[in-house]
Amino acid sequence: MALGMALSFIAAGCSTHPQNMKPIYGSVNPPPEVNPMPSIQTPNPFTEQQMPTMVPFPTEYPGHTNWAENPDQLKDYTVHFAYDSSAVPTSDKSKIASVADFLRSNPNAAVRVEGNCDERGTEEYNRSLGERRALAAREALVGLGIDSGRVDTISYGEDKPVDTRHNQAAWKKNRRADFVVLTPPGK
Amino acid sequence: MDSLKKRILFSGLLLGISFSMLADQPIEVIKGSHPGAEPPIWVSLSGFTGEAESVLRFDLYVQGFNFTNADNAQYLIAGSNNGNFQGRVTDRYNRSTVLAKAYSGASLRRQTHLFVDEFMKALGRVGISRTKIAFKRDLGSTSEIAVSDFDGAGEQAVTADRTIVAAPDWVPGRLAVYYTSYKLGNPDIFYHDLSSGQRRVFSRYAGLNTSAAVSPDGRRVAMILSKGGSPDVYVCRADGTGLLRLTKTREDESSPCWSPDGQWICFATKVRERRVLEKIPSTGGAAQVVSTPGVMAPSEPSWSPDGKWIAFTTQAGGFDICVVPATGGAVTELVSGEDPSWSPNSRTLVYARRQGERRVLSLLDVPTKQYKDISRITGSNSQPSWAN
Repeated sequence: MALGMALSFIAAGCSTHPQNMKPIYGSVNPPPEVNPMPSIQTPNPFTEQQMPTMVPFPTEYPGHTNWAENPDQLKDYTVHFAYDSSAVPTSDKSKIASVADFLRSNPNAAVRVEGNCDERGTEEYNRSLGERRALAAREALVGLGIDSGRVDTISYGEDKPVDTRHNQAAWKKNRRADFVVLTPPGK
Repeated sequence: MDSLKKRILFSGLLLGISFSMLADQPIEVIKGSHPGAEPPIWVSLSGFTGEAESVLRFDLYVQGFNFTNADNAQYLIAGSNNGNFQGRVTDRYNRSTVLAKAYSGASLRRQTHLFVDEFMKALGRVGISRTKIAFKRDLGSTSEIAVSDFDGAGEQAVTADRTIVAAPDWVPGRLAVYYTSYKLGNPDIFYHDLSSGQRRVFSRYAGLNTSAAVSPDGRRVAMILSKGGSPDVYVCRADGTGLLRLTKTREDESSPCWSPDGQWICFATKVRERRVLEKIPSTGGAAQVVSTPGVMAPSEPSWSPDGKWIAFTTQAGGFDICVVPATGGAVTELVSGEDPSWSPNSRTLVYARRQGERRVLSLLDVPTKQYKDISRITGSNSQPSWAN
């Protein structure tokens, strides 16, 4: 009964929502939880790639307010993410490496990672997911030896798409982390 | 008669008695057990015109009433609005007067709203006709926070930041809101006193500061901070002290909301690669999954003031408003839409629904599934928060 209802609502949703929107888990509904499990802080079982450890911000984080910004310098290294995922894909690791190379070659520069999402999530959900993506890129940079104090993050959720169309091609472009170069003021 | 036949006959008699006993008992439909499937309460209107009539229709419809002629209504509402509002509500079945009032002062609109509130009170219900909402106005590349009456009248700008703002949340019982603004170059949470027009930065840690949710007693604020390396749920006192990190996961938590008794915070997260809602003790402890059987990717939860329901948005295949009993049970998908916020009556929700390229704010009566757009609010708007 629940399965039929859920499918009929999904079908109803498709008639009024953008095309090609698929449920995250396909058409098979998970069985209802019998004994809900408490949240377990175990390492992620997803072992495709080594999960880097989280990198917090220091309490007295100066940030880089009033630094000059250059959003174009590293635009070739924008990282793209899978749907609903904040894991840096293996295919994009070389981009992280290039950003790290840039930072090593420009010791006075810092970088702001801007995390973005496609429109298929709700707004605060996307704001958190965008941040998680930016942090994932930051973790990867730190993993390559970059000082965490040189990497800021910001999430724009779904607020800054590069492609405003409502299709897979656009959504794929929008799920991204951009790198903005920051240089000290007056230089 | 042999003993077998006796036993069969005896059983038959017993059954016969049982059935007749059952037939005398009316079947009890427990109100609230079937959200979206309850019939409206039918009323008739007579003698009202113009703004008074439209206010009556709007206010009553979004609280689960619908309109018919006097012969079929449960309540007859008759009156006039020549200058001032006066109205009488009669229960057609027992011919009693539920309410009879005449008003003066303020505006006709205010008088009519008050009449509806007094009608609700006479029925033992919580009225919402004089409540307010806050919401986000989407202006393209920027957004701003605004507030208005729950029906969209009296809209006022709260911010003029010319940047991205988000996630307004009312302080209970006060003319004040929290919201996120990128005004200072980072998503920070602001506290804004609407009486004085003064605001201050409430949370400006490194990383993300968003999704402020004030506790029902107004003393604590939950929010999402990423300063620990991942977006997590934190709580602190309303003066900003006593910051407590409630979740510590690699995943992105979002949208905390409080139980009405202040004991729990419900939020969206990811557990073992699956998007779920969880609840966690507001003073810290282990989180538990809030099961949403049959429905995927739940987000943006809101806990009803009577404690019974959690409304949320499912993001699978489109956005739909759902409710689930707070103690667990079946999910009911209600209407297309996202980001619900409960009114004080624990039955009407404000939410946003997509209409072409824009989002419109809409009100949904959960028990009857009747909904109506707040058409007074033009443009594209979202993230509504109902003042409780």
